[in-house]
Amino acid sequence: MPVMDYIDAIRLAMKEEMERDEDVFVLGEDVGVKGGVFTTTKGLHEQFGELRAMDTPLAESAIAGVAIGAAMVGMKPIAEMQYSDFMFPATNQIISEAAKIRYRSNNDWSCPIVIRAPIGGGIFGGLYHSQCPESVFFGTPGLKIVAPYRPYDAKGLLKAAVRDADPVLFFENKKGYKLLSGEVPEDDYIVPIGKANVLREGDDITVIGYSMPLRFVEQAAEELAQEGISTHILDLRTIQPLDKEAILESVRKTGKVMIVHEDNKTGGVGAEVAAIIVEELLYELDAPIMRLCGPDVPAMPINPPAEKFFLLNKDKVKDAMKKLAMY
Amino acid sequence: MKTMTEIVMPQLAESLVSATIDRWLKQPGDRIDMYEPICELLTDKVNAELPSTVAGTLVKILVGNGENVPVGTPVCIIETEESAANTQELHSSPSVAVETAGQRADDDDSAPMRNRYSPAVQQLASEHGVRLSDLTGTGLGGRVTRKDVLSYVASGKPGASAAAASASGVDPKAQVRSSGIHLSETPRIPKIEVEGTTLPGRGETFIDVTPIRNTIARNMRQSVSEIPHAWTMIEVDVTNLVMLRNKLKNEFMKREGINLTYLAFLLKAVVNAIKDYPIMNSTWAVDKIIVKRDINISLAVGTEDSVLTPVIKNADHKNVAGLAKEIDELARKTREGKLNLSDMQGGTFTVNNTGSFGSILSYPIINYPQAAILTFESIVKRPVVINDMIAVRSMANLCLSLDHRILDGVICGRFLQRVKDNLESFNMESTLY
Repeated sequence: MPVMDYIDAIRLAMKEEMERDEDVFVLGEDVGVKGGVFTTTKGLHEQFGELRAMDTPLAESAIAGVAIGAAMVGMKPIAEMQYSDFMFPATNQIISEAAKIRYRSNNDWSCPIVIRAPIGGGIFGGLYHSQCPESVFFGTPGLKIVAPYRPYDAKGLLKAAVRDADPVLFFENKKGYKLLSGEVPEDDYIVPIGKANVLREGDDITVIGYSMPLRFVEQAAEELAQEGISTHILDLRTIQPLDKEAILESVRKTGKVMIVHEDNKTGGVGAEVAAIIVEELLYELDAPIMRLCGPDVPAMPINPPAEKFFLLNKDKVKDAMKKLAMY
Repeated sequence: MKTMTEIVMPQLAESLVSATIDRWLKQPGDRIDMYEPICELLTDKVNAELPSTVAGTLVKILVGNGENVPVGTPVCIIETEESAANTQELHSSPSVAVETAGQRADDDDSAPMRNRYSPAVQQLASEHGVRLSDLTGTGLGGRVTRKDVLSYVASGKPGASAAAASASGVDPKAQVRSSGIHLSETPRIPKIEVEGTTLPGRGETFIDVTPIRNTIARNMRQSVSEIPHAWTMIEVDVTNLVMLRNKLKNEFMKREGINLTYLAFLLKAVVNAIKDYPIMNSTWAVDKIIVKRDINISLAVGTEDSVLTPVIKNADHKNVAGLAKEIDELARKTREGKLNLSDMQGGTFTVNNTGSFGSILSYPIINYPQAAILTFESIVKRPVVINDMIAVRSMANLCLSLDHRILDGVICGRFLQRVKDNLESFNMESTLY
């Protein structure tokens, strides 16, 4: 099985879906001739032409709005937000239109769009190129949100998102584009939306997370195994809807849980996961639930020491995991 | 059990904080149905009727005509006869929380967490009958961890092992049932009085053939043996029609005093299609085909023990409202047995509303000597692919039996297509008159 980078898996998913279904097209800023600022859509313009790899003006609200309109009449658009930070002008379209069309029309209309947006920092991007906007969209019924970590899941989930009958936000970690690599089948497969995945089996502590920080968790778990601490790791993969059964099952294994994400702590996905656990499994908990997340400061700093302070890394994660194991 | 329910002033628009009662439509003692308007409201923004949220009897009006009251104020009291079980509050006293802290007195500096037990530890201890004070804690501050209990149990020291962890509390998903409009109604069960003679010792009953049954039998037999029947069916999306009818039916009932049925719309669609394809309105006469100019629709009306086909004469001269009235009158006369001979004569094309008894597909026998018969089947909500998307639409089948001596597939296909187009082109703007 070929080993490929996270970004190549995403590109391959789009290419395969566009070959499979001629209603699928990509649109966004510089996704056409340039092939995307990260090269995510490179080659699609050459292969499918400008109408299926469509450059748009710098207007995210229009990108989302055009995609929603196209989706409502049967197309399967993949709209790219160049950075998830730029997604906020389109928030009204996404939350008030895309998420509600099926409900509002009593099932007469639907909106099968995919909105891809790169999230996360650590690329020296500062305030406007590093945000994690999951929590903004997280509590919106009608939206599905996926945030893959492994390249395998990135390809399979993007293909599932394209085929889904409802709007799906696809958050890809931009630092992971070239950093994360793994085995990705070249054939057609999908990873079902709404299903979490156990990355590692263990019985001392459970770590639940999604996207890039799972890399640090995996590295730390490897080191902690040398010290006799066994870690159970659950990759949520989809954060809306959450895979409750998988969350509860992984908590039952150890009774000690830590939730990790880069988005800030207050009102993040971790808060909801923790609430689910406490609602269902209070009497199986052996330690207070821990959350390790970005700090509640307005945005990612641009200066390197502060960026380092802000971001999670292997050592921070390992310390927290060890503390939980010792409790 | 009778309950008093207060009806409160609703929030009629986002910015409104109060409303004025213009006039009461109901008075104390009046019987009120669910959603029935009870009074008229005036506000700065809208004037509206206030529908009742319960069914019952109006007991008392709290706010008189012309009074302005804030949103949320009770305006009247309605006595309902529902069981009040749901509204009674449950005063369950929550069981006293288990103390997790244990005895502080035993704490010493080397093991401050020694007697603080987590929920998991307490649960496991009680399941396995473990006395926690026997254990040595390996956790933070000498805390007994879940794993400590598990390994203590695994070492076989305690007594009986209890049941394993309970199953997850996830409910199986409730079954989704999708039913058609007609199918959601409980079909009437025919009560057929068997009048006949039962022969002792034979498991059989002899029923005398009534004159009407005899006529039906003769006509059916003649039709089937003389007319080479062919059959075809088309599927119609009546979602817009359903919405139109829902919009108009109450008003129509109020104005005309009769039900606005789907059948009236169907007849209109059929009659208009016959005008475009007059050959549907004909009769086989061995050496010629007689095409009738008048469109007289025979309407199959079933009673408990027979079926009759009274005729709507000159159906092409009537609008939907007129057809609805005719249908209502003929159905009533049929059920009351008051049809006279002229009501039954002159039919040129038959329509049978088979959907009314839940059918979704039928193979009708032509009403001899006409050229064709059409059935209108149940309206059923179904998933339908539109522009590669799945939508839930109200669908109905139309079945057509035709005299293959007169008619062929192509002409009937076109005719059905026209009926379908006519039905599907009803929309919220369509009028009845």
